[in-house]
Amino acid sequence: MSVKARQRSGWSLAFIVVVVVSLVPVFWLLMLSLKTPASATDGSFIPHHWTLDNYRDIFKQSVFTAALRNSIGIGLISTALAVLLASSAAYAIARLDFPGKQTILAVALMVTLFPQVSLVGPLYNLWRQIGLFNTWPGLIIPYLTFALPLAIYVLSTFFREIPWELEQAAQIDGATPFQAFTKVIVPLAMPGLATTFIIVFLICWNDFVFAISLTATNAAMTVPAAIAQFPGVSQFTQPIGDIAAAAIVVTIPVMVLVLLFQRRIVAGLTAGAVKG
Amino acid sequence: MAEIALEHVTKRYGDGFEAVKDLNLDVADGEFMILVGPSGCGKSTALRMVAGLEDITDGELKIGGQVVNDKTPKDRDIAMVFQNYALYPHMTVRENMGFALKLAKTPQEEIDKKVNEAARILDLEQHLERKPANLSGGQRQRVAMGRAIVRNPSVFLMDEPLSNLDAKLRVQMRTEISRIQQRLETTTIYVTHDQTEALTLGDRIAVMRAGVLQQVGPPAELYGHPKNLFVAGFIGSPSMNFLGGEIDGDSIQLPFGTLPIPDALRGRLQSGPGGGRRGVIVGLRPEDFEDASLVGDRSRGVTFTAKIDVLESMGSEFYAYFNLESEKVSSRELEELAHDAGAADLPTQEGSQVVARLEAASQVRQGQEAELWFNSEHLQLFDPETGSTLLGTSGSESAPTATA
Repeated sequence: MSVKARQRSGWSLAFIVVVVVSLVPVFWLLMLSLKTPASATDGSFIPHHWTLDNYRDIFKQSVFTAALRNSIGIGLISTALAVLLASSAAYAIARLDFPGKQTILAVALMVTLFPQVSLVGPLYNLWRQIGLFNTWPGLIIPYLTFALPLAIYVLSTFFREIPWELEQAAQIDGATPFQAFTKVIVPLAMPGLATTFIIVFLICWNDFVFAISLTATNAAMTVPAAIAQFPGVSQFTQPIGDIAAAAIVVTIPVMVLVLLFQRRIVAGLTAGAVKG
Repeated sequence: MAEIALEHVTKRYGDGFEAVKDLNLDVADGEFMILVGPSGCGKSTALRMVAGLEDITDGELKIGGQVVNDKTPKDRDIAMVFQNYALYPHMTVRENMGFALKLAKTPQEEIDKKVNEAARILDLEQHLERKPANLSGGQRQRVAMGRAIVRNPSVFLMDEPLSNLDAKLRVQMRTEISRIQQRLETTTIYVTHDQTEALTLGDRIAVMRAGVLQQVGPPAELYGHPKNLFVAGFIGSPSMNFLGGEIDGDSIQLPFGTLPIPDALRGRLQSGPGGGRRGVIVGLRPEDFEDASLVGDRSRGVTFTAKIDVLESMGSEFYAYFNLESEKVSSRELEELAHDAGAADLPTQEGSQVVARLEAASQVRQGQEAELWFNSEHLQLFDPETGSTLLGTSGSESAPTATA
């Protein structure tokens, strides 16, 4: 075997291992969701009786449909706000020289490293006092707090890579700073914005800690929290099939999102701006 | 159409560094003004202040008689060509060129008309729907030009627009820019570090060094009557030779002999600052040398022999390098020039290396003694202390000059 061939087979092996390790649990979950409740714990990987009952079941429960609505709503609002605010902040950080710039970045980094669990208790009390407990804003605010610094970080890196001359050219062409930003910078930073959008959305979508602590009812409970609240068929049965089906369902929006933005997340969009 | 006036313009950065010091420069309506100088001399900063991309610390900038210090670039009616073109990569050539008009809310048909017109001038018609990434360097450069001309601005600003092109294309585009500027008659400020570009393009040239304007004038004046050592060494290629010499009464002692001060120089020498007896730096253009055997009337110069170290054939001419026994002249300005050219790192030789341009018919051989002749009427004399010229311009020849 030549060095090249050996190298290639090495890579193939690594690739297969990664795919198997990451996909087997998903596949297992999918199989579980297709089993009848009675056979859920029978120990076989492939269901004996294929059924979609679990899926029909969860969509009949208001716990799940409400949670799905909450998750999508809260996730999209938090993400949109975070990207909007972060892009202005990141643009300022990337382009302007102002006192305290480094401090802002340092604080932003600190916030992302802050243990979320330690905030849950105080927030629970505070939210109950000021009436934010079990509301959409009650989740959007903590999500923004943790998503913004990360978004600012990612976006300022992207903005910095866009040649400064482009904005100057836009200025000379008669654009206001805002027009230069929206018509030149934003289109060029699209891969960065898309990446940020996905990262932030995933943070909100997957959050369990805040969701389980700061919500109580269908009014604001998101899917990760709601799944834990699924009632069994009887008091003594575990709703394993329902949980599996719900888990499969919640991966779908994420997959759609990634596929949607995939075409945007391509490098080389700035090629040709300046002499390369 | 507008004239530009910089009055006592200074750029000082936060750390106290002065990039441009008390710059006074008038650019007439329709004039092609070149700002030239080595890197870091403040020429680009000066241009960016005119563009409105840099704040002016002190002084006044007027475009068309109006003070525009505090106006944003969009209110100055200028167009700029950037060194790296700065084309918008997400837009087609057509959109790139029409962007300014679109922002100005020009009707679409008028935009199309102007873009097509500019594309025709620049020979870009078949590329209008392509993205910049798919264009060659020369095409991108033309799009950048096109973006400037569709707006029909009162001022063009160009920041080393040709420095990213390869040598052959650069010469072509140089002619192109000259042609376009003459056709549009738009006031233009063009920044370059290339003295050849400066000499070939400009109506007038402003030479800058370390933030200070050295001399402004038409190319011929800068070439024939440089005000100081820096301008003398910067303008012309190969650059001027500098030798130590001494004025003694009516004659000049040069490393290759003593000669009487030529009549052409004597008048200017006396009218110039200084005069009398003293050490001087003598500047000799390579093209004022010639193979002595090819010169009919040698009375206007000096004949001497030198051993040719290196002979470079350019086809149409020779460049002959030889050494003359002479004290090595040194001055801060010359050191700076050498440093800029990268020559500061070269091993220094005994004496002074001189380059002479000889006709292609010359029989001079490398490594052999040769008889050379020098036309003394064109020699330049500089004060070794200050570096300024000791020759006044002869009366009527002096063009409108801005103060340095």
